[in-house]
Amino acid sequence: MIGRDDHERTEWLDEEAGPLVRAYALTRGRARPATQGEDFEMIAIIATVSTPAYATPGLGPEHMSILELCVRPRSVAEISAQLGLPLVVVRVLLGDLLSHRFIVVRRPQQEHQTVTEELLREVLHGLEAL
Amino acid sequence: MDSRRSNSSTGDARGAWGSSPRADAAADMPLAVKILIAGGFGVGKTTFVGAVSEIRPLQTEELLTERSVGVDDTSGVDRKTTTTVAMDFGRITIRDGLILYLFGTPGQDRFWFMWDELSHGALGAVVLADTRRLADSFPAVDYFEHRGLPFIIGVNRFDDGYDYTVEEIRDALDLSPHIPVVLCDARSRESAKQVLTSLVRFLLSSRDVEHPDASAVAGS
Repeated sequence: MIGRDDHERTEWLDEEAGPLVRAYALTRGRARPATQGEDFEMIAIIATVSTPAYATPGLGPEHMSILELCVRPRSVAEISAQLGLPLVVVRVLLGDLLSHRFIVVRRPQQEHQTVTEELLREVLHGLEAL
Repeated sequence: MDSRRSNSSTGDARGAWGSSPRADAAADMPLAVKILIAGGFGVGKTTFVGAVSEIRPLQTEELLTERSVGVDDTSGVDRKTTTTVAMDFGRITIRDGLILYLFGTPGQDRFWFMWDELSHGALGAVVLADTRRLADSFPAVDYFEHRGLPFIIGVNRFDDGYDYTVEEIRDALDLSPHIPVVLCDARSRESAKQVLTSLVRFLLSSRDVEHPDASAVAGS
């Protein structure tokens, strides 16, 4: 038996490489999503609408983990928390997925001034009902 | 968390494997709103979030690359350091299709760029204050005032804290008279819930004041 656990832990990045190196390794050096005009705000909701039937070039295990998670729609912040990846990395990965149309995005309201009174009342009633 | 993941296959009725994207899918998806929970280090932000959240508070992080120049470094060469800024958050399902996220602001005030991102699109904020260290609330109060994001003060009552009156706290924080100050216990779900409802009522009442201006601008 080969020490499989040991093998898995022997990554080419050691601890000293730090979070930034790991982040850029996952995104292949990119700091911005490939998609223009979508900034994947922290509370933007992501849902998986399709998954690759076969291996797609440029999509790695982290991309697949996101698609798996977002079968049930969730926010960008939740994806980051649940996969333990920084937001900057998650956004790049989401950009890849969006350009392949594997996900859809529901954007939040842009500014608090545009929030409708109806929405605030709904939030109030929801909180009161807790 | 894991149980939710394994249950997620039950929501896979659409047979997503290899299916084509639905153009209208975004319309069926939940809308998310957020409220910020701010205040100084150790004031009970995460406790507050955990008290009302339907999930154990989660943590997201952002990487910040800072160009730091060593004061003692005579070579004058910049050294880039990477810092991780962590943010705790919780979730409340208001109704089917509407989710409220509660975000704790990073404890260190120097991460202002994260405050900008957090504030963007937020409904409003709760600034938690500790009567033993009221001055710790100043940066958050200043920030939201400058940003124009509506906020209220939640005074987290620690057992060994001073029993200031609401008026004394208002004076100490130099607050405008219209900003609500509510006493709370961040550990209590009921108390945290009341702080949040106070904030949303405040947001609704502020709208009534702002609305005539908005319509006047629109009509001109």
